[in-house]
Amino acid sequence: MFGLVDCNNFYVSCERVFQPRLEGTPVGVLSNNDGCVIARSEELKALGVGMGVPAFRLRDLTTRHGAVLLSSNYELYGDMSARVQAVLEELAPGVEPYSIDEMFVRFDGLDADGTLALARRLHRRVRQYTGIPVSVGVAPTRTLAKLANRAAKKEEHDGVCVLTADGPETRALLSRTDLKEIWGVGRRLAERLFLAGIRTAAQLRHAASRAIRRRFGAPLSRTVLELRGIAAIEMNDTAATRQRIMTSRSFGQLIHELGELREAIRQHAQRGAEKLRQQRSLCRAVQVFLRTPPHRVDLPQYAPSLVIEMDRPTDDSRLILQAALAALERIHRRGYRFLKGGVMLFDLIDADHYQLSLLDAPQGDSERRRSEALMATLDRLNRHLGRDTVAFGMPRPGAAWPLRCANRSHRWTTRWAELPVAKVH
Amino acid sequence: MSRHALYRPRQPAMPLALPVSTIRIRAGLSGFPSPAQDYASDRLDLNAHLVKRPSATFFMRVSGDSMDGFGMHEDDLLIIDRSLDPRPGHMVAALVDGEIIVKRYEMHHGRPCLVSGNPRYAPIPLVEHDCQIWGVVRAVIHQYPV
Repeated sequence: MFGLVDCNNFYVSCERVFQPRLEGTPVGVLSNNDGCVIARSEELKALGVGMGVPAFRLRDLTTRHGAVLLSSNYELYGDMSARVQAVLEELAPGVEPYSIDEMFVRFDGLDADGTLALARRLHRRVRQYTGIPVSVGVAPTRTLAKLANRAAKKEEHDGVCVLTADGPETRALLSRTDLKEIWGVGRRLAERLFLAGIRTAAQLRHAASRAIRRRFGAPLSRTVLELRGIAAIEMNDTAATRQRIMTSRSFGQLIHELGELREAIRQHAQRGAEKLRQQRSLCRAVQVFLRTPPHRVDLPQYAPSLVIEMDRPTDDSRLILQAALAALERIHRRGYRFLKGGVMLFDLIDADHYQLSLLDAPQGDSERRRSEALMATLDRLNRHLGRDTVAFGMPRPGAAWPLRCANRSHRWTTRWAELPVAKVH
Repeated sequence: MSRHALYRPRQPAMPLALPVSTIRIRAGLSGFPSPAQDYASDRLDLNAHLVKRPSATFFMRVSGDSMDGFGMHEDDLLIIDRSLDPRPGHMVAALVDGEIIVKRYEMHHGRPCLVSGNPRYAPIPLVEHDCQIWGVVRAVIHQYPV
């Protein structure tokens, strides 16, 4: 069984842990440069504020409804995410981070009662230890676990939902699940399926997987299997990559030299950027992580990770590479030997639907066109002549423009000067 | 090209190891020390000593007007462990009216209460108000000017 632990309204929840007065008020977190809304509390959703709404349109809400809009604080979110993962790892052996706020957990060798008990423990303990509320969905496949997680958020489930492959609850849930809500089924694919007469998850589940494969491709036929309870999707499949891109690998040997680590991270960052362009997405943030071998108790353990926020959503290999290497420099410590490392690109948006906000850091039209042309050429060369025919060496450090983050909360957990204050009286 | 906001990793990855003498200081001079006992490992890690569960441990600064009752001072560092279940007698960081406040958790006439170090403030029953425990204070670190 696979469990999916999803942090509820993660960025907002991180803010609320240290600012209890935000509890119960509409809260939104804004993208870099305070451009648009990238995270919403339930109260803000209830006011009809969608994702991606430009901040300047919300001025009215702040005065009339007391809504609070915060600049993004990726340093805090990255630290809280690492804490959530650490708590899960204490209770379950197989934890795979899927994004900054979602983690898959293996539920192996447990009966139905044991599964439910572990799910409830994870739910309770993450909340207690970190203050972050989570939902836990457990099912025989990752795709069903995603749906179980959505169900877990509904009031009657109280944060935990366990689905079997073919139980009555699973069937009822699938028959009222829209195609767009299925993991890896995007808007366009849902429209094509709709035209073919397939409208709900239940219908897709019963579709002949061969015909689906012929007409819609192998990834969707794997989704069909997953909906039937047969695990068919690996973490790096296309369905899994759509919402975040993870490139990581065991180094094959323990490495500790910054130069070697740089080489590995450089490759991961470039692969990630390539994948990003393949699926026509842009990323807002880049995370780099390293890990010492967890089973080598004789070695000092260190598993750092660091998030860097991009000035604007981008798919430019040079910017992503530069961010990733900067992150690596900051987390690398001498005296540790690393087994694994990687790069995650997340907070993705659709390149075709992205419109440059007035508030985004400026990038001239000509510069953007040049970047696009360069990246396209790069991808073409690497496709035709083999991977890494053209790759980047050291990027030059860029010019700076001041970031707008007028309303960023303190980095409560990572800066001595910004610790929360506890009053005594 | 542009510059990125740089963010730092979470707290100290590198344990701070201090060498320590292998001869333990004994209170009194009774008898001979057994050669087998009193040999600690040869490094003491203050982090490991104070932070039992890093994932659930948070640091806060103390501020306030009446801290003598708790032996705290302005700007002291609190080490707060959310993994501990609060028991009577614990010092806790609590949420009271949207603020984080340090109190002692006690039973008062059979009811759980948050008690101030200053008698000027009445005990707050835990069931009332918007009042809940945020985490248990494991240690206070007071640094002297040096």
